[in-house]
Amino acid sequence: MNLLEVRALKVWNKNDNVSIVQDSSFELKEGSCLAIVGESGSGKSVTCQAITRLNKPSLQQSGEILFKGEDLTHLSNKVMRKRRGKNICMIIQNGMSAFDPTCVVGVHLRETINEHFDWSKGKVEDRLLEAMRSVMLKHPAEILKKYPHQLSGGMLQRIMIALSIVLEPDIIIADEPTTALDTVSQYEVIEQFIKLRQNVGCSMIFVSHDLGVVRRIADEVLVMKDGAIVERGRNEDIFENPQHEYTKYLISTRRSLNDHFRRIMKEEL
Amino acid sequence: MALYTIRRLAAVFPILIIISFLTFFLINLSPFNPAEILLQARGIPVITDDLILQTEEELGLNDPFIVQYFNWLMDCFQLNFGTSYVTGEPVWNEIKPAFINTLKLTVLSSFIIVGLSILLGVICAINEGKFIDKSVRSMSFVLIGMPSYWLASLMIWYFSVELDLLPTSGMSSAESYILPVSIITVSYVGIYFRVIRTSMLSNLNEDYVFYGRASGLPEKKITLHLLRNSLQVSISVFCMGIPTILGGTVVIENIFAWPGLGSLSVDSILKRDFPIIQTYVLLLGASFVVFNTLSDLINMTLNPKLRKGF
Amino acid sequence: MRFLKSLFKDKLAASSLVVILAVIIIGVFAPVFAPHDPLEVNISKKYAGSSWEYLLGTDQLGRCVLSRLIYGIRPSILWVMAALMLSVLIGAVLGFIAGYFKGKVDALIMRVCDIMLSFPGYVMPIAFVGIFGVGLENILIAFIIMKWAWFTRVIRTSVMQYTELEYIQFAKAAGVNHFKIIRRHLIPVTLADIAVISSSSVCSMILQISGFSFLGLGVQAPAPEWGMMLNEARSVMFTRPELMLAPGIAIITVVFAFNFLSDSLQTIFDPKLMKSKKIRTEKVEA
Repeated sequence: MNLLEVRALKVWNKNDNVSIVQDSSFELKEGSCLAIVGESGSGKSVTCQAITRLNKPSLQQSGEILFKGEDLTHLSNKVMRKRRGKNICMIIQNGMSAFDPTCVVGVHLRETINEHFDWSKGKVEDRLLEAMRSVMLKHPAEILKKYPHQLSGGMLQRIMIALSIVLEPDIIIADEPTTALDTVSQYEVIEQFIKLRQNVGCSMIFVSHDLGVVRRIADEVLVMKDGAIVERGRNEDIFENPQHEYTKYLISTRRSLNDHFRRIMKEEL
Repeated sequence: MALYTIRRLAAVFPILIIISFLTFFLINLSPFNPAEILLQARGIPVITDDLILQTEEELGLNDPFIVQYFNWLMDCFQLNFGTSYVTGEPVWNEIKPAFINTLKLTVLSSFIIVGLSILLGVICAINEGKFIDKSVRSMSFVLIGMPSYWLASLMIWYFSVELDLLPTSGMSSAESYILPVSIITVSYVGIYFRVIRTSMLSNLNEDYVFYGRASGLPEKKITLHLLRNSLQVSISVFCMGIPTILGGTVVIENIFAWPGLGSLSVDSILKRDFPIIQTYVLLLGASFVVFNTLSDLINMTLNPKLRKGF
Repeated sequence: MRFLKSLFKDKLAASSLVVILAVIIIGVFAPVFAPHDPLEVNISKKYAGSSWEYLLGTDQLGRCVLSRLIYGIRPSILWVMAALMLSVLIGAVLGFIAGYFKGKVDALIMRVCDIMLSFPGYVMPIAFVGIFGVGLENILIAFIIMKWAWFTRVIRTSVMQYTELEYIQFAKAAGVNHFKIIRRHLIPVTLADIAVISSSSVCSMILQISGFSFLGLGVQAPAPEWGMMLNEARSVMFTRPELMLAPGIAIITVVFAFNFLSDSLQTIFDPKLMKSKKIRTEKVEA
């Protein structure tokens, strides 16, 4: 059963008619994780933002985006807004700037929850703290009272994950959620994503250029290059037996990096 | 934070002292002899050299410069700014009512300016590049280029003479406020709404706006967050703007015969009433420093990043 | 040349430039262009309408409005521009010294600027005419004293940005003579910034200075000046409001021309850079 089907999606710049995403179609199965990989500028983020209809006004899109059989592109802005967060929740790249710098982080979290649920104040608080604890954030009540600049990038990333746990969306779109982090925080955040999939059981679109992470988390993989999907397939197939030159190139650069690393380590030994 | 506040407030005093010194120094540069001016202003028919010497003695003009300055400064701290050459009244008695009248005009206008600027700034930022944004901006362009006294005169002619709706001058009733306040508002709104608009637009590309939208927050709430962030820049601009408006009412007050500081200062200049000019300059210089400090402090409370040692 | 080309592509800016140049030429050669003596009183012809002899009619003393307008260009526009140039010059010299050599000189110059800038807009000229007596010269001197500090600060910032650039650092390290670096490398690049800030402050200066004459603190009657003419027109406003039109429209035309020109200069020189600078300009000009 397909939860999300994207058909013939095209995105282009209205001002100079430059095409950014060309005619891509893909689907997301219920409960699975689809990874979109590719270099920066390959159209990964624009594809995700097209699904939530959040691209800049200068970008225009065409094609069908069917969520549970309903075409999102035909929804009114008001209905579409209700889908965002509640049904399709995004986790963005830069946690440090994802929250209003003049408010404590709790403000955004509570505002979002109150927008989607009619819960009592106490219930909002309980759910939020519970979710935050589940992503290994210590002293969640204090964290809610802190300003974004007082928290680390990894913590803010996990706060975004915690928010998506509370919202229990059908789909989580994570757009390069670990790129801006150092290696240790990266590892922690990825652990949370894997746990999130196991516990909440929602579907996920995971955008990354880090093939190591993708290998660990994804069921299926899309490879994008210059706005077009050049290869798609199950995780193992893509990594074990890549067909397209570009995919081979991506995997080989990673492998050579690894090999290089191993060689150096051996020499050290 | 408390430390910063104290340090910031402590920095005000040296600046105030420098301003007072400059004010005093400037008056002493004058090519005119204060004693002579005083005697002329009092309408003494024959001014003899003896009389001038005697008056100089009375005014303490023979003391060394530093002593004169120090005495004057001490008096200033007790709100004793000397006596007017023209009326013989204490300066404070003349300045105080005028200052209050000007303050009424300034405060009322400032509130309207702030409100209108935020409203127009938000509307224009939300509708960037659309018809309403373009028309508001070209309107403001036109209004900024117009001499305010010309606009004021035309409005007096139309509303007070042709339509006979509003009083031409004075501050006899609430209606007297309408014309001067609208002219002041019109001449400053054009500047301040642009500040808000520009700063909201630069915030629009921030990640928090995108994440807010992606979390399904309604545009109304997002606009509020945008405004909150833009106000920081704007508040400091507004705070620095208030003394400018305070000083900028000079022209408007004269046109509408408003009994405020502006009218008083121009009047004193024409009559060479030095003590009043001196106090006027001191007062406005001081208010500039005070509002500047205030804007820094407000900015610090609003911007958590500036608050150190949380 | 590339600059002129892009300026003439912008029709509005080109026509603004033409207007400004025309006004300057007419002002400089006022005796050639003015049909009458601007001070010639002729009570019998007062309040005359537009005619071939008096194109814009006459005022309450029967003086030719057009001639007064033409002679008025001198104090209203030319002297203001001269004062502006002088303060930009002072600002540029000090700004270059502060921004290039930095250190103690810079700190000293900046402190003096801070003090000068601690008096809000109108106060300095008022203090000045209060102390030295009314007159256009004193107002102009006051404006020079007030404005140089602001120009110094802006130009210093601009110089500092460019001094950070590698080729300048390299030239400095290579021991190239300081004045040569400033002349050959810094002046050409900062000139654009200087042009933009001076063109954008011309407008506010024209408006403010004519405002002082309007109050009777600047140019003294009977000398023709646009603000002064408006002041005189105001006294007969209730019976002859049309006398307000000519000088008012003259000021607005010139101010608009300068505004359009400065806007276009900003976009020509650096559209991206100017965004932040514009906020700053608005702040201080306010």
